[in-house]
Amino acid sequence: MLQIRNLTKVYDSGVVALDDVSFDIPDGQFLAVIGLSGSGKSTLLRCINRLIEPTSGQILWDGVDLVSLSPEEMRRMRRKIGMIFQHFNLVNRSRVLTNVLAGRLGYLNPAFSLINHFPKEDIQKAILQLERVGIADKANVRADELSGGQQQRVGIARALMQDPSILLADEPVASLDPVLAHSIMKYLELINQEDKVTVICSLHFLDLVHRYSDYVVALNQGKLVFEGGPKKINDAKFKEIYGKDAERVG
Amino acid sequence: MQEKKPNVWKSVTLGVAVLLGVLVYAYGAEVTRVNLSELQSERRQESLVRVLRAIFRPDLIEYDQVLEPRVAPIYVPCPAGGLPGDMSVSQDGSHITVTPACGAPGDVVHVQGFNFAPNVEGPLRFVPGSDPENPVALGQLIANTDAQGNFSMDFTLPNRESEDVQYIRVTMRQNEGLPYFTQNARDTWDRIVETVFMALLATTIGTILAIPISFTAARNLMRPVRSPIASIALNILGWAAGIYLAYQLTLWIGDFTRSYVTVLPLALASAVLIPIIANLAIRWAIPVEDEVNPPLALRVTRGAVIFAVIVLGIYAFYALAGAMSSLGPQLAARFSGVAFLGNFLFRMGQILTLLVPTIAALLGGGALGGMLARIGQQATERLPNGAVKTMNLVLGGLVGAVIFGLLGSAAEWLYQIGNPVSTLWIPAAVGAAGGVLLALLTQPKDTLPVGTALYFVIRTILNALRSIEALVMAIVFVIAVGIGPFAGMMALALHTVVSLAKLYSEQVESIADGPMEAVQATGANRLQTIIYAVVPQIIPPYIAYTLYRWDINVRMSTIIGFVGGGGIGFLLQQNINLLNYRGASTQMVAIAIVVATLDYISSVVRERYT
Repeated sequence: MLQIRNLTKVYDSGVVALDDVSFDIPDGQFLAVIGLSGSGKSTLLRCINRLIEPTSGQILWDGVDLVSLSPEEMRRMRRKIGMIFQHFNLVNRSRVLTNVLAGRLGYLNPAFSLINHFPKEDIQKAILQLERVGIADKANVRADELSGGQQQRVGIARALMQDPSILLADEPVASLDPVLAHSIMKYLELINQEDKVTVICSLHFLDLVHRYSDYVVALNQGKLVFEGGPKKINDAKFKEIYGKDAERVG
Repeated sequence: MQEKKPNVWKSVTLGVAVLLGVLVYAYGAEVTRVNLSELQSERRQESLVRVLRAIFRPDLIEYDQVLEPRVAPIYVPCPAGGLPGDMSVSQDGSHITVTPACGAPGDVVHVQGFNFAPNVEGPLRFVPGSDPENPVALGQLIANTDAQGNFSMDFTLPNRESEDVQYIRVTMRQNEGLPYFTQNARDTWDRIVETVFMALLATTIGTILAIPISFTAARNLMRPVRSPIASIALNILGWAAGIYLAYQLTLWIGDFTRSYVTVLPLALASAVLIPIIANLAIRWAIPVEDEVNPPLALRVTRGAVIFAVIVLGIYAFYALAGAMSSLGPQLAARFSGVAFLGNFLFRMGQILTLLVPTIAALLGGGALGGMLARIGQQATERLPNGAVKTMNLVLGGLVGAVIFGLLGSAAEWLYQIGNPVSTLWIPAAVGAAGGVLLALLTQPKDTLPVGTALYFVIRTILNALRSIEALVMAIVFVIAVGIGPFAGMMALALHTVVSLAKLYSEQVESIADGPMEAVQATGANRLQTIIYAVVPQIIPPYIAYTLYRWDINVRMSTIIGFVGGGGIGFLLQQNINLLNYRGASTQMVAIAIVVATLDYISSVVRERYT
């Protein structure tokens, strides 16, 4: 159980990205976070693994407040929180396999990173994860030689290397065309259902929200404006979330 | 009307700007003494033409020459009693004739040559005095034979009157045999090789040192580095103590083992066996998996094992250095053809002996500093606020005193004030007060932006050193290590470190943040993030800048010889000073070829690695 309590983030520039946001995420849920661009979705996700430091509030994970952890404790905690990104964030010049192995770094002694050493089990595991997302044949290809959909699958494999309990997905399909979007979302669904990983996914398209999520939270200018099942988002709710002038697409 | 007002203002501004521009350039022309009429003066043009012609005829190859001097007698002025009878010149073979055979100074006589080799040339001179082989000769004419081996030209008699017979002499020169390189060309080759390798060594050393420095001079890597006061203070104290202890320990090990490392078999055996033992020990002592809280006893044992490995390792380095130092000369003596390899081995051994304490000191500082910093961090996190505050006060005061005391000692060393109260105790007291004040003014568990502070310090040092030209640094190094290529190499290396560190760090600052964010999100620590997300991104620009720097270093090393830094510059300057422009031209050609070749190679390599 992940509990967000009164989470607020004010950037140095004075922008209030999150404004007193509270909600609960039970284990194993597929949560969709929706809202306009700039509504605070990315900030919310990054506050959970503290890539961005929250200004105030609590994030309780099974009773442990992530916000109050020391940097070193938080680093260890991050190992259990996988993350995938809109722009994939692969290291372009590295091999696919190296990119996937990077997901294992938190579990390894940093001294061995100096000589680029990974244990054999980890390499086998990386190949296994690549097989799972269907691109094992690309293991020794440079990451930037892959197509967008393939790169995102490498991103998923990297997150899976962490054996995560939570997977944060920051607009995972926003840079992909709609056909690929479904294939990526299906992997997330698989991870959610087979591995019982809690998935917190920010999304743009409502049909993806309806199709994949168990539960939806909506943000508007940093405020939580809606939470509930995806079926509850009717036209009135939609206008509330996206503003009066918004039109539904897809 | 309302719209026109700003337009007038605009015109006035523009007018003033133009006027200012004219003023600036007028003053510029005045202080740089632009003077084109000087260029047009005949004397300058003559010199320029002479120098340019010399430059386009580099002193590169020459032939052995056969000289064929021929003389004909002449009287200046005509003797009162008429020409003596016996004025004939042998008509066999090559010879010259002068008609008339006498004349007043300034008269023009006609000189003809016959039966020389076709198409050769040689100086035509008036030889004063009665010795036809007198090396002193007047005139600047060059005689050229035609296809038949004859020539004919007019010669103006100089103002050298004598009652005795004097001579007109032509010395035809003929190339013989195959061309060969001149001494100047061979010297140029030696020096250009020296130059290229000077640049290579300087670039290599510079690059190795610049890479770690560049990370500390990159704002995006340093800004997130924040630590609580106790951690910073313990880190600084740890560095100071670590450097001192490791240096002393290493020197002690060096002294203790001095007599053993000269025994070659023993030294070789140690240098081979110890790394194997160390490897096994390290494998046991440093676990692959990141363990959360290993038991204290295990930690202590591991620490002890690592310490033992380090002591053994230092001995192994000394043994290796000793082996190299004694093996090198033996090899050089036995295989004289590749003596430079033996010498290299010896030199590397010597350098290793010198470097081991320094490197050990730095590593010791880093290790102890890092360890104490972690203790400080954990203490700050775990202890209650009051205790942390007390700790901050004590440590802040202590570290402030140490820093300012060291600065004061440095000032004492530089200026030799000789008053410990003002150079040691007062600075220490001020530093302690500053540290205590800092601890008082901050909240106990606040973190300070130590990364940003370090970034600014390193940037400032880099900028200051970078602004000193390598040529000026070379003068300092010539004083430190004597005239020669070593001084030039050191100067170039130092300049390379500071300028590459800056260029590199700018590349680090411009990398994509995404991969760093992603690797950090997996739970990787700072070191791992740098190695897996930063390093792959900066390899192509680092290679490009390193090659570019090599290029610059080759060009710099061509002139560093001007101040005694070795390389081709020494020859170039010598030839210019001797007005030997053909010689200087050879060096310029050599520089041009080397620079162009390097430029080509680096462009090819750059293309391949990006």
